[in-house]
This record gives sequence, C-alpha cells and structure tokens, in this order.
Amino acid sequence: MQNISRAEIEDFLFAEADLLDEWRLPEWLELFTEDAIYYVPSTDVAPDASPDKNLFYVADDRFRLSERVKRLMKRTAHAEFPHSRTRHLVSNVRIRNRSENEIEVGSSFITYRTKDGVTDTYFGSNRYRLVAENGNLRIKEKRCLLDSDGLRSQGRVSIIL
Amino acid sequence: MNAFQRMNTALMVDEAKQIFKVSRQTFVDPDILEAERAKIFDKCWLYLGHSSELPKPGDFVTRQVGGRNILFARDAKGTLRALSNTCPHRGAQVCREKHGNAKSFQCFYHGWVFGLDGALRSQPGEASYAPDFKERSTSNMQLVPRFEGFRDFNFICFDRNVQGLDEYLGPVKEYLDVIADQAETGMTIVGGTQEYSMRANWKLLTENSIDGYHALTTHATYFDYLKATNGGLAPVPLDGAAHDLGNGHAVLEYKAPWGRPVAQWVPMWGEDGKKEIDRLYQGLVTRYGEERAKRIALYNRNLFVFPNLVVNDIMAVTIRTYYPLAPDFMNISAWALAPKEETDWARKYRLFNFLEFLGPGGFATPDDVEALEQCQRGFRNAAEVQWNDISKGMGKATPSYDDELQMRAFWSNWNKRVFATAI
Repeated sequence: MQNISRAEIEDFLFAEADLLDEWRLPEWLELFTEDAIYYVPSTDVAPDASPDKNLFYVADDRFRLSERVKRLMKRTAHAEFPHSRTRHLVSNVRIRNRSENEIEVGSSFITYRTKDGVTDTYFGSNRYRLVAENGNLRIKEKRCLLDSDGLRSQGRVSIIL
Repeated sequence: MNAFQRMNTALMVDEAKQIFKVSRQTFVDPDILEAERAKIFDKCWLYLGHSSELPKPGDFVTRQVGGRNILFARDAKGTLRALSNTCPHRGAQVCREKHGNAKSFQCFYHGWVFGLDGALRSQPGEASYAPDFKERSTSNMQLVPRFEGFRDFNFICFDRNVQGLDEYLGPVKEYLDVIADQAETGMTIVGGTQEYSMRANWKLLTENSIDGYHALTTHATYFDYLKATNGGLAPVPLDGAAHDLGNGHAVLEYKAPWGRPVAQWVPMWGEDGKKEIDRLYQGLVTRYGEERAKRIALYNRNLFVFPNLVVNDIMAVTIRTYYPLAPDFMNISAWALAPKEETDWARKYRLFNFLEFLGPGGFATPDDVEALEQCQRGFRNAAEVQWNDISKGMGKATPSYDDELQMRAFWSNWNKRVFATAI
C-alpha cells in the first residue's frame, strides 16, 4: 500500500458512490473484505467509540452487511420501496496513515436522498481502512461519522451512506 | 368556530357491535395539537431521564421535554433536580451543553452564576440590585413544578397540582419493577442516544410502539433476516396478551422467538453464550424464585406510559420518548438500558440485538418510519375518509398481544383528557 496515490483512492471512492447511487448494492458489497465492518455511530459518542459498549445507528459485521444489502433489494424493505434516489458526493479525500498492508483514508460526504417529494441531506465524514486483495482495493472498515444533530430531520438511515 | 371546537369526541364506539373508530382529524388539526399541549403535555407526568445518566455529583444533561428546555442535574450531595433551563434575568438558556459535569452554571449573556440547585450565587454589578435580591426565590433558576422518580426513571410535570407519580403510574410500577429487576446492581443507560424524527403525528408512534399486529407484514425482512442468521430464533412462538393498565397506560406481555440477553438463549450464541444465559437465569431464580425469574427472563414487554413514554423490554431494552413539533412532525429520543453488572459478552450481544431491530438504522424501525409517514400522507384524505379502525379483538375476554386493546386504552384516556368527556 506504499505506492498508492490519492487519485487512485479517489477513483475507488467515486466508483463506490456510483454503485450506491445506481442501487447496484450486491456489487457494492463485493468492495468489502470478508471480515469487513460498517459503522454509523450515534452522534453523541466519540468518533472512535466501540459498538460493543455504545449505542450506534448501524454496526454491521460482514454477515449483517450482506443481510442489509439483501434486505434493501427486496420489495418488502418498505422504507426503500420504491427505491429512493440518492447522490453521494465525496470530497476532501486525504490519506491519513499508511502501512505495508493497510491505508487509512478520510473523506467528507454529502448525500442527498429524495423520495415522495421530500429531500433529506446527510453530511459528515467517512473513515476508511483499505487493503489490497488480488491487486484490488477493498474496504476493511467504513466508519461514517454524521455531523448532524442525530437524525433530525432525516429520521432514518435506510440507505447506505 | 374551528373544526376542533365543533367536536365533542374524536371516537365512535359501540361495544356491542365491536366498533371502535378514531377520527383522522386528530392527526392533522393544529387546534387539536394545541389542545393536546394544554390538556395532556402540560398536565401529565413526562419522562425526563434515568438516574444512571448522572452518576457523579455535578453531572448534568440538557434536553427538551414537553416543549420546554430542561436542565437535569445532580448536586454535590447527590440530589437530582429538574430546572427550567432559562435565565431568570432575561431568558437566555443558561446551560448550552448537552451533557457534562459542572460546579455551577453561568449564563453567558450577563454573567449570572447559579449553583447546581439553581440558586443565584453571583451576578456582575450586585451593588446595583436590591440588598435582598439574592434571597428572593425569583432570582434563582426555577425548579420544574413537579419532579419525582420510580426505580431510577425520573419524570417531571408542569402542573403543580397533579396527582403523585406513584398514583399516576399505578400498575405500570409493577412492570417497571420486573424490568429493573433484571439487574442485581441497578440498570444503566448505555452510552449513545438515538435522536431522530418522523414526519408523522406523535400518536402514530404511540400506536406503533405497542402494535403486535404489524410485525409480520411491516417487518417481513426482519424475520427473513432472523431466519438467515442460522440459529437466531428459539423454538418459541409469538404468544401473549395485552393489558389495559388504566390512566391510558398499557402493556403487551408475550413470548417471542428472539434471544434475550436477560435471559433467553438462542443457538447463534453458542455454548459459551448458553453458560452465560444459564448463569444469569440461575441468578434470577436465586433472587426472586422460579416463577418471577421465568417472567423476567422469558417474557417480553412493550410497556406504554401515557402520553409519550415507551419502555420496550424485548431483544434489548429501549426507553423511547417523543414529542410533537407540528401535527405532522415529531422528534424522538431513544436509549438502550442494561444491567450495570452485565458482562462484556452480554452487553455486546444486547447492543447487537438492539441495532438489528431497533432504531433508525436497524432492520425494522426504518419501515415503521415509512409506515407512519405513509399514514400521515393518507390522512390528507381525511375529509372524505374520516375514521381509523382499531376494533381488533374487541369481542375477546383476553385480547391477544396482536389485538388493539392497548390502543383503545390510549385513545379512551386521550379522548377523556382532550374533550373532558368519558366515552
């Protein structure tokens, strides 16, 4: 992971955003390692808090993340049926740390979600731990830190941020 | 004369014919919301917070309750108080942090300083005030008119003449006991608050929080998920009863197939989990005997305390309260409650359980949000389609957990308070 450039990481994150916005969630899931985690902490805990000791909004291991994707692709996932339309904007991408096997990346995001004539905005930062598998970047951890005051007035994180 | 003033009831009830209908006007009319503020939220006991949120002297939290800004603080001697978080001088919010620890509170506008008990300690330019100014109770931050607690659940009321909390809760206390008795050393709020909102009338969340009927359709994907977890379900069918607890309070008490960290084991928790669950169960038997241990461990409770508190003791324990900002908008706050002495293993699974079902990022609550917002949209047709039906189970001696008795209990009390007429 020593030689990878910020431009390559940006391409990866922009591609991830496209998969989410196009509702290609099974393909999006393939970006994650088998031991991956995806966290959205509540907004009154420390950014590095553990979901074993604190109440989060989302704390998925890889199994539950795959179930989340399965769920969201069903008609019976009522919160997202018909699918909302979203746009994930990714910015301020920065390499925070790198080691031989892993790279830590920070980014800022604004995600718009519109459904039934109502548009909500989610904003905050993402912290990624990325690794290389068979020459491809893969996500080992995605921690999504919302800057809003809880989920008022979005009311839910039924999409993937 | 507005529409509300022309109404003298919002209910259409005929016990013999098993008819119980609620006017959809109640979900959309700003005059009804105004009446609810005056006759319900200004008159009833409202949940403020749990004692465990303020473990040390000087700890405080600020939050909105019943539309007011409240400062909930523990003083140096350990006494808990609920103060109106507004400067007695010119009105600014005194404490602007959500939580913390303090020796005193200072209003930044003119620099008045108050003790943890709200008493005025000093103000710049004291010489320009009357000699006895500090002795006047009106110079202090004001206590909320009534503040009382039961088993670390603390409530406030803005009506000085309200009946005591003990009497108000009535049979609810017995259920809070069962929930609090899970712990040997007391229950605690786990770090992290779920704060969210819905574009829906607040009473829809009351109904939804104690609605056993919607589970299999609204939450179909949650049950799909439990099946996929390969061992996530115990061989325990959903079964139980609903009880009207008086004063608008109600409860569902039932068995269910999901794992309970105190204490129903499911295969996905493995042999180590079985040992831990057995140990917890034996502890309950030792403390309370077999019968009560069984009730604490193996039964779920969706407990509703009128008008806006839900304590659900299900695959985890959640405290949830909510308040309307408009007829079609509410804010919701939810916390996770757990035994203080719980092991890391049990705490982890409790929170894992919590998030798969509960909360705005879970596998269930987002669909509830959607359902309630869709109901609110449906009420745009209220002029032509005027009534909600909540008659399910009316003919039964003991309505089931998936009937609607508990909602009828809520609405009957709601109607009595808003229109001052019994049905």
